[in-house]
Formats: sequence, C-alpha cells, structure tokens
Amino acid sequence: MKFTLSWLKEHLDTDADIDAIAVALTRIGLEVEGIENPAEKLAGFKVAKILTAAPHPQADKLQVLTVDAGDGPLQVVCGAPNARAGLYGVFGIEGATVPANGMVLRKAAIRGVESNGMMCSTRELELGEDHDGIIELPEGAPVGTAFADYADLNDPVIDVAITPNRQDCMGVRGIARDLAAAGFGTLKPLALPQVNATFACPVEIRTDDQAGCPAFYGRVIKGVTNGTSPEWMQRRLKAVGQRPISALVDITNYVMLDHGRPSHAYDLAKLSGPVVARKAKAGETVTALNGKAYTLDETMTVIADANGAHDIAGIMGGEHSGCAETTTDVLLEVAYFDPDHIARTGQKLALASDARSRFERGVDPAFLDDATILLTGLIQSICGGEASEIVRAGQPPELGRTIQYDPQLSQRLGGVEVPDAQQRQILAALGFKIDAGWTVLVPSWRRDVDGAADLVEEVIRVIGLDNVPSTPLPRDEGVARPTATPMQMVERKARRAAAARGLQEAITWSFLPEAQAGAFGGGVWSLANPISEDLKVMRPSLLPGLLAAAQRNADRGAESIRLFEIGRRYLADGERLTLGVVLAGERNPRNWQSGKAQGFDAFDAKAEALALLAAAGAPVENLQVMGEAGDHYHPGQSATLRLGPKNVVASFGALHPLTAKAFDLDGPVVALEIYLDAIPAKKGKDGFARPAYTPPALQAVRRDFAFLMAADEPVDALLRAVRGADKANITVVRLFDLFTGQGVPEGQKSVAIEVTLQPIDKSYDEAALKAISDKVVAAANKAGATLRG
Amino acid sequence: MTGVVLSEIESLSQSLLPQVEAAASLEALDAVRVAALGKQGSVSALLKSLGGMSPDERQVMGPQINGLREAVTNAIAARKTALEAAALNARLAGERLDMTLPAPAQSGGSVHPVSQVMDELAEIFADLGFAVATGPEVEDDWHNFTALNIPESHPARAMHDTFYFPDEVDGKKMLLRTHTSPVQIRTMMNQQPPFRIIAPGRVYRSDSDATHTPMFHQIEGLVIDRGIHMGHLKWTLETFLKAFFERDDVVLRMRPSYFPFTEPSAEVDVGFTRDKSGRRVIGGSEGWMEVLGSGMVHPKVIEACGLDPNEWQGFAFGTGVDRLAMLKYGMDDLRAFFDGDLRWLRHYGFAALDVPTLSGGVGA
Repeated sequence: MKFTLSWLKEHLDTDADIDAIAVALTRIGLEVEGIENPAEKLAGFKVAKILTAAPHPQADKLQVLTVDAGDGPLQVVCGAPNARAGLYGVFGIEGATVPANGMVLRKAAIRGVESNGMMCSTRELELGEDHDGIIELPEGAPVGTAFADYADLNDPVIDVAITPNRQDCMGVRGIARDLAAAGFGTLKPLALPQVNATFACPVEIRTDDQAGCPAFYGRVIKGVTNGTSPEWMQRRLKAVGQRPISALVDITNYVMLDHGRPSHAYDLAKLSGPVVARKAKAGETVTALNGKAYTLDETMTVIADANGAHDIAGIMGGEHSGCAETTTDVLLEVAYFDPDHIARTGQKLALASDARSRFERGVDPAFLDDATILLTGLIQSICGGEASEIVRAGQPPELGRTIQYDPQLSQRLGGVEVPDAQQRQILAALGFKIDAGWTVLVPSWRRDVDGAADLVEEVIRVIGLDNVPSTPLPRDEGVARPTATPMQMVERKARRAAAARGLQEAITWSFLPEAQAGAFGGGVWSLANPISEDLKVMRPSLLPGLLAAAQRNADRGAESIRLFEIGRRYLADGERLTLGVVLAGERNPRNWQSGKAQGFDAFDAKAEALALLAAAGAPVENLQVMGEAGDHYHPGQSATLRLGPKNVVASFGALHPLTAKAFDLDGPVVALEIYLDAIPAKKGKDGFARPAYTPPALQAVRRDFAFLMAADEPVDALLRAVRGADKANITVVRLFDLFTGQGVPEGQKSVAIEVTLQPIDKSYDEAALKAISDKVVAAANKAGATLRG
Repeated sequence: MTGVVLSEIESLSQSLLPQVEAAASLEALDAVRVAALGKQGSVSALLKSLGGMSPDERQVMGPQINGLREAVTNAIAARKTALEAAALNARLAGERLDMTLPAPAQSGGSVHPVSQVMDELAEIFADLGFAVATGPEVEDDWHNFTALNIPESHPARAMHDTFYFPDEVDGKKMLLRTHTSPVQIRTMMNQQPPFRIIAPGRVYRSDSDATHTPMFHQIEGLVIDRGIHMGHLKWTLETFLKAFFERDDVVLRMRPSYFPFTEPSAEVDVGFTRDKSGRRVIGGSEGWMEVLGSGMVHPKVIEACGLDPNEWQGFAFGTGVDRLAMLKYGMDDLRAFFDGDLRWLRHYGFAALDVPTLSGGVGA
C-alpha cells in the first residue's frame, strides 16, 4: 500500500516529519518497505524563463538561448523546436543529474558555443513520455523556484506492507487513524460533501444473491463530462503507481485508495433493464476490464443487467459497461460483497485486483452511505451532473461485536503493565467504544478483532513491543535434562558416523520425476500441482536424489563420489526415516603406491551398511544376509540385511547397470539404504553400568581349517555353523581364503577359515584342542562342507 | 718356563688385538675368535698349559693368561658391536625413501550445514528445557490450516503456495506442509501440557526463484504453560539468538504483525552490521533483517487442540533453518543447499566431530 505524505496529511493533522512517521508506522505494525521522494531526483532543476533565442551560428537545428533561472542570464544551447523567447520551462543547472539517463550537466561547448545547463523535456525528468520539445509552464511561473516545489512533487511516497488482517489500513484514512492513536497527530473529521438528490433513481437495483452480495447501493448521476481527472488527483494516483485513465475511473480508484472502499461506475447508456447482483450461471463468461474472458460457475457473484453479466462482482468490472470519454450518465455501484465468496472466486479464477484484495479482507460494512456520498461529491465537482436518490438494495451485515475485556490481560498475556486509563485512551483512539465495565464495542472497520487477545495486541502495538520487558522463562532446577528421543539419537549417531567414514552429507529434493520414483519402488504420493514434472512424486527411496547429485558431480568432473543423506521416504503407510548412500567413481585414485585407480564394489556398500548400522545401535552380529534388495540393484550383487526374516533394516549392493546408465553414471556404482526406523529400539537400561567383564588371563589360540563346499552355497552358512560348534570356546571365526580352480573339484570351492579359541580356566592340552577341532569339522559337515585333505 | 710363557702372552696380545681391530667383517672377526678362543685356539692352548704348572707358577701365570683371554674377548665383542652397527647403517642408508611423497589419500566426510544448525538448535533449546518434536510432511489441511485458525477462504491461505495431493484421505485434503506449525497442533493434541518443544523439519511451498526453493527447512518453537506471556517470548528469542550466534550484541526488534494462529503476533528483526567485505553480520544495529515470526498462541488454536485457553497460554515462533545457517556461516545462495555439489559440501560442511556442545560453544 503506497501513499504520499501530503495525502496522509489530508486525514492526519501532524507536525511529525517523514522519518518519525516511518519509524512509527513500522513500530505499530504497518511495516515500511520503502520511502521515495521524487523531489530528490529533481534536485537542481528550476523554473526558468527564456529571455532570448537566436539561431546557432554552426548548426541549423540548434538555437542559442539566454535563460534566467533566478540567478541572471545564462547562455544555453538548445535543440528543442519549441524553444523561444518568453517561454517558461524547466532548467537543469550545472551539476544537476538528468533523471532519465543519469547524465551530470556540465558547462560545455556545443558546436563551438558555450552552454551552461539544459532546458528539459518531460521524458528527461521521467515525468512522462513527451520528448517532442521542452516543458512549457504557464506564463508567469515563479522563475528560480525549485521545479519539484513548483510542481508539488516534493511529496515523499511511503510504501507499507499491510498484513491480511488490516483491511482498514488499505486506505490512507485507516493509516492516519493508527498513527493518531500512536500519538502522531490528530485524525481530522471526515468531511462529507453536500449532495442534493434531484430525482429518483431511474434504474432498478436488486440483489438476488444475499449470501454473496448482502448489500448493493446505487445511484445515477446524469449529465457528467468524463474528461481527465484534475492534476492533484492524477499526481497522487501516479505517485502510488496507478495510471490515470479518466475522471470517473480515477475517482473510484482514488476513493478506494483513500478509504479502502472499492466501487464501480457504469456507463448507464450501456446497461439495459434492472441491474442485479446474482449468482453466475455455470459456464457464463465475462470479459473483464483486463481484456480477458473468464468462465464462471454458480458459486460466483456477478452484476448483470437484462443483457447478461457485466462484472465479476467485487473483483473486476466488465469491459463493455465501463465509463468512457463519451459517458454522460453514470450508475454508481457501492456494494458489500461477502469476503469468503470473494476469496473463493478470486482463488478459483486466479484473478488478483485491488478490489478483490479489499473485499476479501472485509470492507467496512457501515461505510456504504458515506462512500456513496464521497464518490458523488467528487464526481459532481469534477465532472458535473445531477445526482439521483440512493437506492439501497439489501443490507450490509451488522458487526456491532462486543468483547468483555480485562485490562489485566495486557500484563498477563502481553507481558507489559499498562495503566487502565491509557489502555482506554488507546482503544478509543482506534475507534473502540468502551463502557465503564470494560465491555468493548469493536468499530465496524475492524472485522479482525474478535477476542480479548486482539485487544491486547491493539494496546501493546501502540505502546510498542520494545516496551515489553524481557522476562526469563522459568527454569527447572539443576543441569538441563536430556531431551532427544531414541530415534533422534539414532539419527545423530548415524550421521556423524557417516561423515567420519568419509561420506559427504547432501540434502536432495523430497520429490522426484515420476519415472525415477517408479524405478525405485514406485511413489504413492504424486502432487496435483507440482512446480515441475521433475519435482512431482514424493520419493520412495533416497537413492534417485543422491544418484542425480552424483550425476551432477560427475558432470563437473568429480572423480570420487561418496554421498549420503538422512531423510524420509514417503510410503503409503507413513514417512520412514532412512539413510541413503551412493558411492560412485573411484574408491582409490590411481597413485604411486598401488598404480591404477580402483572402483567401488558391492562389498564397499556392505562395509558401509554394517558400520553405519553398528553406529546406529543395531545388533549387527544378528544380521542375516538375504535377497530381494530391489530391481534397481544388480541381481547377483545385492542383498538385504535383516533382523528376523521380515524386518529388513538395510539393502545394499552394486547398482543395476541400467539404473546407473539412467543417471549417466559410468563404471560400477554401489549404493545402500538403511531403514533407520526398522532398527529395534534399545531395551531400557538400568543405569549406565556395563555387564561385569574381566579380560581372560590365558592366551587365545588360533587354528586354521580348509573346507570344500558347493560353489553356489553361501559361505555365511559355514561360518555360522562353525561359530556355533562350541560357543564356550570359539570366540571368532574369520574367513581368510576363498579359492576355486586347480586342485578344487568342479562345482566346489575351497574355504579357509581361522578359528580363535579362548581358554577360560586352564590352557588347552592336545586332547582338548582335538575335541574342539572335531566339533568344528562335524558342524561344517552338517553345513555341507568337508574338511580338505 | 715362566719367562717363556710371559713372552708368549705378550706376543699373542701384540698380534691378536690388532687382528681383532682389523677384522673387516663379522666372518673375519669370527675367524679371529676361533683362532684365539676356539678349542684349538692360541689363547685356549695357553689356558690349557696352566694345568702343567706348579701351584706357584699357576699363582702367577693364571691371572696373566686369563687377563689375555678377557682382553681378547672384550675386544671381539666391541668389534662385533661396531661391525653390526656399521652393517645396520649401511642397510638403512639403502632403505632411504623420499619422505615428500604423498601419503595415501583419505576421503574426508562432512555434515550438511542444515543438519549442523539443527543440532546446534537442539543443543541450545535443550538447555532451555525444550524437547525436539516431529510430525508428518505429508499433512492434511486440517492440521496445516484449519486448526491453525486459517479457514479455507482466509487470505492467509493464499500467502502459502501450497502443494496439494489429488486424493483425499479420510475426507481430508492432503498437502505438503507449508510450515512446521502443524507439529504444534499434533503436540498439543497428543500430549499433556505444559509443553516446551522445538520442531525442525522440511517444509514446502510452490515457489522457486533466486531466494526461494520449493523445499526448505523451518524450525518451530512452542511453549504452553500457565502464565506465559509476551515477555517470555522476547527473552526466549533473545537468549536463543545470542546463544546461536555466540554474540552478546545481538539486538532484536519486535514488530507487530499478523499470523492467524497467534495473537498478539510479532515479527522479529535482528540487527546486523557489515564486515569489511560488506557482508551482513548478525550483531549491532546498522540495519535490520527479518528473521523470525512469533506470537502468543491464538486462543482458538489452543481450543481447537482441546485445551482450555483460560488455563493454558503460551507462545510460538518459527524461522528458517537454512536462513539461520546462511546468516551464521555466510552462504549466500539457498539453491546450493540442495544441489549436493561435493565442492560446496566440503567448503560449507562440518567435520564429523564438530558436535555442538554448550561447553565448547555450539558454533563450529
């Protein structure tokens, strides 16, 4: 919302300067977004008179002028065709900056003739488009006066952000009222013109849509001349960014900006029959003032006559019934439209307008008569004409809301003690009426105020939030207690562990292209209004986002890519916290010690999965390696890690070559996902003490075994069998060699393991070692492996 | 007899000790040792000759011969040590490597600034007694709007550019939460007051330009208790921002504003100064930037959650986590947060062990 200082002072009697007003506005909740004074651009431009004009000796199109800008005659070379002796115009002195092009005026010789300054055109001063000649001011304009002062342009424009609750401040008068309440002057009484209605309104006005348009006031003004609006009105409209159109249109715009009250002026000649507010018919179209056609539905309200709908009510007038230069008779529409209706219609049509933004926030329902009178007065004084009686169809809603207020609330809720009398004074200045028992009547223009908390806000925003004393929150005794949940701790530990293991944490979009979501299990949440097709489906996996990031990095020349992310997957049954890792490019770069670069393989993914699961607190020793990692993985080089047959806590492996190719990634790419929410919570513990433990005093013994087993059987089965062969003595079973080929029968593999035995009470003798070895071999046999001879 | 022996001792001593000294290798030294001290050795022969002497002669000659043996033994040992040391030195000289060669590369990982800042916030607010709460990102319009006093036609809904899903769930319109405020609602509905929570997380708005991304991070704070007022809100925000930026000159400016779910509402500007490069730095009050939205939770919101607004009241605030990160650590492009550019992550990311602590300062 923009307005000028002089405009504000139409309503506010104040001596405060612009800076003080700006500070006050922000302080009371009308945030100042900018202040601009057009006069600042016009420094050094003065009213001047051309004393003499003579042809330039060297150039046909130039003249040599003597110009008086208040400091005696100056010689100026000028190329404007209308420059002539006796002309009053605008002169830029030496040192002034031309607004249109930033050029600083200097004394210079033009074709050999000295020139001191410049006579200016409208366009050069950014006051209009005219560049056919220099500005011509009326005869006798005060020579030497700053042009900005002469043209009344020394009027700062203030731009304030109006929050959606403050419809009343979408007009200059509302802002003036707020400033007056804050102690910045006095609100001037509303000056209503005297309007004589000389005839009955010749047009029938009705509202057939009481819900959408509870009230429709109208009046005809006959015999108007719709020329341009007066200079002062144009200046103000232009200053706040409104293009002057014609007197009648400008007047409705001016009253809207002045009082937050939209209205509409119809050319009566273009209407026929009764003018009615009614529901639109489904499919009915209206061509609005912006030239676009809108197709309406039956929830929307229109203003129509016998020929059909003209107006999208409360949002935008129609192209065919507005006022033009030829208009002589006007029908004025001052209506009250239901805010919810307007908001819904505006949202459906995606049509924004100054009228909509005011009606949907709720205009003052008690201001219809006054607005009609203000508009009529302006029309008659500018365009002439005779006014009819006002027709009042329907009735605006009565607000008349009262709130029982306890002035103690300013302390209890607002945190600041304000004397009762001062609270009374603040509320009264804002238009509230308070009786002795603190029953507060809310003014009709404050639709937003409907509870005691709102009144506290009114009081403390005028008092100033900087006057609310900072008050420490009550604090529990002692050191702050831990607040993180077990899940939050899992997440934190997994994140720090991943970073410690050399992975870079990325954050990628929660939404994916549909095809990517489909390739990674399929997304169930697909946006109705995505910002683009690439950001459409909520991810079922963290991997596509990481792979896309890997692809971008690879495109930038990254050689080794190790990315992880902790975030949610969005599934049908909820959002699952997940850790995803992608490893692509080189595991080790080529180097002087080991030569060629090495790529990642599926066991790198497995190692990360196990390490991160351990860091996250999963019982990794109980994990089972199973299949079904998903189609995006290499079918023979991927697996799931499970705790029990159904609880998948991670999947990992080499990516399917086609998946990698879809992301333009060369070479092996490996990945894993850990389903953090599938990790069972640690059982509640009694205190921090660990189970009792003394390191064994006796030396552990290692024994090696080599077995033959079927080549396609998993080694893990053998290792588990051996580990379980003698749980009391066997502490570690480790695979140290795996071999197929010469010396190993076809279809079999040689598996060499190292078994660590830990004696407990006494050292092993030969017999004891033999007994354990026999158990190991027997267990291996049971698992389908035979001791290699 | 004695004379002969004495001269032989003398002569052996004269010849053996230089031989030991002259031995150029361990093999040569061993040959000398065998020739002198071996079973057939010259010194051994002398020792044997003691057996044929009278006791008086033995009394005299014994120490002499043993002295010789000891001198030779010691000389051999000394020579051996010297030869071994020389051999080791020679070997080590051959093992010399170029110690300027690079060591095997280690890939250093990092924590994303958003995660780091969330950890920092959790740490600060834990000290003030706030727990961390979470809620769904795929939310229904009741929790995201209606319960927060934003009815369907409310202009504030237009302020949020909301992503919607086409299908309703249990008769509710589903959307991506536009703010973390629905976590307030869920907390108030599912737990018993008093509450002190922060709720960080992803939020979504259909907006994309130089300073907006369709996904970003917010953090919400909520305190509901008896007797909580605007002064507590002010203190909490001051205390939090001073702790977060680790500066005592953080200045707040509260401006009355409007959010449907708070009353009174305030926007909070934080003062900044410019550093030598012209970059804005939090602290001081050369200028102001809007950092937080806040207010006293609207009685209608408290009521919608099934609590009595006459008994329970409190405040809520919200701010952008990405923005806090940018203000503290000096990034200037929000879009880079979500690109996963390894170069950016290495530069702006945090070491695994930069865990925020109150004793060490939350910043890193």
